[in-house]
Amino acid sequence: MDLNYTPEEEAFRAQVRAFLQAELPQDLSDKLRLGRRLRKDDMVRWQKILHRRGWGAGMWPQRFGGCGWSVVQQHIFEEEGAAANAPPQIPFSLRMVAPVLMSFGNPAQQQYFLPRIISGEDWWCQGYSEPGSGSDLASLRTRAEREGDHYIVNGQKTWNTLGQYADWIFCLVRTASEGRPQHGISFLLIDMKTQGISVRPIITLEGEHEINDIFFENVKVPAHNLVGEENKGWTYAKFLLNHERTNNAGIGNCKRALSQLKQIAATQVANGRPLLEEVRFRDRIAQVELELMALEITNLRVLSTFARENRAPGAEVSALKIKGSEIIQQLAELKMHALGHDALPYLREALEPDWVPDPLLASHYPAYAPSLSGQYFNLRKTTIYAGSTEIQKNIIAKMILGL
Amino acid sequence: MDFRYTDEQLALQETLRRFIARDYDFERRRALARSELGYSAEAWAQYADLGLLALPFPEEYGGLGGSGVDIMVVMEQVGEGLLLEPYLSTVVLCGGIIRDHGTSELKRTLLPQIATGKTQIAFAAYEAHGRYELAHVAATATPEGDGWRLSGRKSVVLDAPSADYLLVSARSSGKLTDPDGVCLFLLPRTAAGVRLVPFATQSGGRAADVQLTEVRVEAAALQGAPGEALRILERAVDAAAAALCAEAAGIVAVLNQATLAYLKSRKQFGVPIGAFQALQHRMADMYIAEEQIRSMAIIAAVHAHEPDAGARRRAISGAKAYIGQAARFVGQQAVQMHGAMGMVDDLVVSHYFKRLTMIDMSLGDADFHFARFSDALAAGPARTQSA
Repeated sequence: MDLNYTPEEEAFRAQVRAFLQAELPQDLSDKLRLGRRLRKDDMVRWQKILHRRGWGAGMWPQRFGGCGWSVVQQHIFEEEGAAANAPPQIPFSLRMVAPVLMSFGNPAQQQYFLPRIISGEDWWCQGYSEPGSGSDLASLRTRAEREGDHYIVNGQKTWNTLGQYADWIFCLVRTASEGRPQHGISFLLIDMKTQGISVRPIITLEGEHEINDIFFENVKVPAHNLVGEENKGWTYAKFLLNHERTNNAGIGNCKRALSQLKQIAATQVANGRPLLEEVRFRDRIAQVELELMALEITNLRVLSTFARENRAPGAEVSALKIKGSEIIQQLAELKMHALGHDALPYLREALEPDWVPDPLLASHYPAYAPSLSGQYFNLRKTTIYAGSTEIQKNIIAKMILGL
Repeated sequence: MDFRYTDEQLALQETLRRFIARDYDFERRRALARSELGYSAEAWAQYADLGLLALPFPEEYGGLGGSGVDIMVVMEQVGEGLLLEPYLSTVVLCGGIIRDHGTSELKRTLLPQIATGKTQIAFAAYEAHGRYELAHVAATATPEGDGWRLSGRKSVVLDAPSADYLLVSARSSGKLTDPDGVCLFLLPRTAAGVRLVPFATQSGGRAADVQLTEVRVEAAALQGAPGEALRILERAVDAAAAALCAEAAGIVAVLNQATLAYLKSRKQFGVPIGAFQALQHRMADMYIAEEQIRSMAIIAAVHAHEPDAGARRRAISGAKAYIGQAARFVGQQAVQMHGAMGMVDDLVVSHYFKRLTMIDMSLGDADFHFARFSDALAAGPARTQSA
């Protein structure tokens, strides 16, 4: 039992830090620091910079072009990136579809798609949820019917994140309707440029366009874009969700949010002194910080166990997902609350990097303020997406506790 | 980073588990708690044979040079077995003080005595109306000839009735809660002028209030420099609080096992009650709490001997506060989910619950440690880049 980093790990941290200092563009880190709107170009640009350094996919095995980083190295990379206000990497590509392709895709699929993901050339999005299939995902009804060398896909996906940017979508589709609903699901890769696909924005409560409905009308998909076996897609879907949930905890992200929160609380004034000196507010920060201290170690313990036992992430990640999603929500809530009535202005133009406030507004309204209420509203999603907290508890009860 | 126990630590854990299964089952434990002594003298001798009592001491004094994590391994089993012997008081708290601050002569005589099970020491630092503040010292230490004269009262001194010695804090200068002016003395429990009012504790151990009336001790009884003992006390209590975190983690693990087994076996409405989602989700929360508690106990254990007081306090007070809160949740829900069975003295569940509760109430409760953790946030620099 040793919570110290080895000299090798410390050296790695120094390397990452030096790289970030040299290569992370100032305009990108400013956007992250001030909560400005992040666009596709920003994230792709960062992915290309990482790729140039050979760090496009640190967590992937080396045989697929990754770095084969250990759990601790990934943790360090994430922590340093978050502290330096680096943009996130595109999760749907790197952490979701890629592990499925590596484990269940054929060599042709691996050789074609993986390099394009790592280079930032392809942007992937997810086609899981449907209007009638949320928590009960296996009831999905988007159909794929085999016609010669193709599948013909009809149906609707929803709650799709950033599909407006995507080159490809990985979809769960129904290829058989007999037996249990889990049977008869297949995992299909679909080019977003294919005729018959339309993307309709869904505006979320904070006023932004992050998610979409996606409609498929007689969309012709080559049969070689099927991953693994027909009707076995549920297995791959669960595998993907477990991979997704390993990173839902987002320790680096939470640490950044915590340090921002402390900074804001040290700057905001209440009763003539820093808000951080108000015991009631500070105690709320301390409470979340304790939860995060524990989760950081739980996260490393769980993930290093998978790595040591050389197995895919299991149901234990549900605990990480529950805690991580709650923590980031609480931090966002406190960051907003720290603003007092400065949380009220709704200034969509202020999310652009070139926004300059009127001096009267600027006299009390700090540069970090415009995004905070929107972030709070937006992050209510974290306990809902990737399997709601209630679904995670069902999984723990069944898979871990045997209830 | 490494999150595993070593092979030696796993062997130690296994040895203790076997000992508990063979010699310390629940019925035996209940009988011991009711006995005059309140624990098992045979078990104490076995701990000596197993090396547990020598664990945290340097090898040159007959010890095994064990770490905070080694103590964690033992304390988890103290929790799992609800062991009653005064391990925390004698070995971790007072043994730790002698090891860290005793003269080499004292270490040479006393540490082997502790290690072989011949000597027990109790920690007499807390006082009436002082709650968990170690600087709250009304007892007085007055220089007299070559030595000192001690007077005052100490409250709820754990394991005092069976102790051979007491480590007593007393004030040589300053006002009631001044950080300076606190002295620490080692004296025989049977010294003239020492009176004990013994009692049992809620979780089965023994304790006593201690009255000191003009107790004369020689100069060598003073531990460390005169007036500077607060730092000694705080360091020792931090390490002991870390050990309590591990004990709580051990209890929570077996308590969750017991509750889960009950959910699977108890039938109502024709099905095991674990089939009901309301209980499944509660149990899932208890599982998550167990994992988080374990992580915090690890953080506390690796910081038990951290020399930087700020870092040590942050880790251990953070852990003690978190575990106080989370173990309270697990304990209360374990009783709740056992229904009326959780209420009876005949079942181990209520004993786990009581011990978890008393762990929180010992050496600073969740509120006390939470305040220390939170207040340090305002005092410390926000270690961040600009928001």
